[in-house]
Amino acid sequence: MQEDGLALDRLEVWHGDAPLVALDAHVAPGEVLSVMGPSGSGKSTLLAAIIGTLAPAFRVRGHIRLDGREIGALPPEARRVGILFQEELLFPHLSVAGNLGFGLPPSVRGRAERAARIEAALDEIGLAGFGPRDPDTLSGGQKARVALMRMLLAEPRALLLDEPFSRLDAGRRDQMRRLVFARAAARGLPVLLVTHDREDAAAAGGRVIELG
Amino acid sequence: MRPLRLAPALTLALMLGPVLAGLVGTLLPAIGVLPALGGSTPGLGPLKALAGWPGLAGALWLSVVPGLAATALSLGIVTLFVAGWQGGRAFAALERALAPLLAVPHAAAAFGLAFLIAPSGWIARALSPWATGWMRPPDLLIVQDPWGLAMVMGLVAKEVPFLFLMTLAALPQARPAQRLTLARALGYGRVTGWLKAVFPAVYAQVRLPVYAVLAYSMTVVDVAIILGPGTPPPLAVQVVRWMADPDLSLRFLAAAGAAAQLALVIAALGLWRLGELGLGALGRRWAEAGRRRHGEGALQAAGLALATLSALAVIGGLLGLAVWSVAGFWGFPDILPDALSTKSWLRHAPALAGPTVETIVIAAAATGMALALTVACLEAEHRFGLSPGARSLWLLYLPLLVPQVAFLPGLQTFALVAGADMGRGAVILGHLVFVLPYVFLSLAAPWRAWDARHAQVAAALGAGPARVLWTVRLPMLLAPLLTAAAVGCAVSVGQYLPTLLIGAGRVQTLTTEAVALASGGDRRIIGVTALAQTALAAAGFALALAAPRLVWRNRRALRGA
Repeated sequence: MQEDGLALDRLEVWHGDAPLVALDAHVAPGEVLSVMGPSGSGKSTLLAAIIGTLAPAFRVRGHIRLDGREIGALPPEARRVGILFQEELLFPHLSVAGNLGFGLPPSVRGRAERAARIEAALDEIGLAGFGPRDPDTLSGGQKARVALMRMLLAEPRALLLDEPFSRLDAGRRDQMRRLVFARAAARGLPVLLVTHDREDAAAAGGRVIELG
Repeated sequence: MRPLRLAPALTLALMLGPVLAGLVGTLLPAIGVLPALGGSTPGLGPLKALAGWPGLAGALWLSVVPGLAATALSLGIVTLFVAGWQGGRAFAALERALAPLLAVPHAAAAFGLAFLIAPSGWIARALSPWATGWMRPPDLLIVQDPWGLAMVMGLVAKEVPFLFLMTLAALPQARPAQRLTLARALGYGRVTGWLKAVFPAVYAQVRLPVYAVLAYSMTVVDVAIILGPGTPPPLAVQVVRWMADPDLSLRFLAAAGAAAQLALVIAALGLWRLGELGLGALGRRWAEAGRRRHGEGALQAAGLALATLSALAVIGGLLGLAVWSVAGFWGFPDILPDALSTKSWLRHAPALAGPTVETIVIAAAATGMALALTVACLEAEHRFGLSPGARSLWLLYLPLLVPQVAFLPGLQTFALVAGADMGRGAVILGHLVFVLPYVFLSLAAPWRAWDARHAQVAAALGAGPARVLWTVRLPMLLAPLLTAAAVGCAVSVGQYLPTLLIGAGRVQTLTTEAVALASGGDRRIIGVTALAQTALAAAGFALALAAPRLVWRNRRALRGA
């Protein structure tokens, strides 16, 4: 059975002998599924399980499939699941272009070709010419856009969002939401959004699941 | 990633293996077993011989009393200073002076102090002849006094910065600002409030470093040779003398002395623990009694004065070394020499070139190994989700708690038995035992505080664990990595006993050279050697401070770190 998108098939995360969080859902390409819950309801644990960075003390039951392929046993770097956090987490030791280059797959060869791709990506988010800048000198909204573009350049097959808009001020938040959802939809990515902000879920426009 | 999984075990083996092997190698000859020298049947001979040594009581006394005194004084000064000045400007000033103070090797600080307090030292010169009437250096035994007072001062001057650093690291967890605000809102004076509300939480954190200071102060050899009494010397110094004696049969006596020293340190640690319990009970009664103030102003002033004095003892001493190293004729009681010249430096530079290179090679090798092992351990902890318990902290402190003089002779004995040539390589491994704990302690906190979501993002971007480590984590942690390396280098540069005993006297570093000059009393060459030793240790810290600023000059978020 070939199913496109992100399938969480009776996914459960256990710590010791207690289940922390469970979710059974399918997110189709281009769809946004919002998962709501108060802090401590295991939202971040759930995302870590999907991208594969859970601490070994946790156990995962059930299946995670991406475009029909089981990815639950793959190392994080092979899963092709992108993630955006509340903080931008740009690498402070790399330039803006360096951060984008970190995301760009090595299959894009040649210094000139890579530089051109990076410049085009910067142009796409309205930051043309920002390549050599120190990421720490960017505004919050600019950093958020670079973080998004860095993720998209890595060509993920699904996108996870961990309250990515809560640090932005009201005006920028709306702008950023639209940008993220539009880019994800344009690439046909299934998006899983975890948030405690009803507005985020409403703006996403898709189904909403309540946790805990 | 199998090799990485083995890193913690390998690290423990390299750190504790020599300690345990050395202890066995010391304890066996202490009960008469050393086949290479004809000892095959266990017996009480060596211990009886030790008991019959007429200097024993004095040597024991000079280990216990100055050791306890130096530890109590250092802890008291640091506590009083932090209690009175935390958050203030004096506090920030001493915090800035901390790295340079820590970088000064013990031997150099001891020489510096000797140059200050000796009858012909700077203090006597400053007071003569107008206050003292002395036209010639008085015939007083100030340095190497029979009570070990000068030795205690030298130890305090170096242990105060160390305990201050440890207290600084422990402070945030004690939430001092909230506790102190609360206490002051209840009407407590600053010092009394701090001692009653903050100190217990801080002490619980610095207990192990305090134990390390006690074990070190009781058994220090280089400081004791420079500042301590000679007849009898503290037990550790006497053990080293016996070890150096061409009469190999004295090795049994040395082993017995080392065993006695180990027992003495264990007993003193037990005594300290009892004191903790007793003072803890008294302290609780004191806190519950509710008195709000105890001469706050006087206590604050005393804390500042004592902390400043201990810092000045090191800084003034270094200045003294520097002036002597370029002094022409310098008569008493002139405060400065008649003329300055580079003659001493030029004359001794060729002879010091060899030991300088040796010091650098050993420090670089030991620090490089320590850094690699520490990073491997911390990365294994991160990747495999290992959680180090309180026990691993004890293991880390073990090489600092077991007296050097109790296990290094054993290592030398093993080499003697095996007929192995203990050269530079063995000395490097010996230094590693002491460099590792400090490098680990220095790097662990910033490493663990690193926001691991950077690794999650990098993995989601397609980077495997190795690429995350090399291209994200290590570059971001450059500043703490270099600081840890500088700490490691400073520790290695300052090592005396491991170089002397493991190198069997054939590996000469600036430290062994400097200490060997103690009996000669040529102040110019002492100044040159001790200053060169300090410069090496300080250069590491300067590099660690400058390099991140240079490398990350265009990266604001990493420059300040």
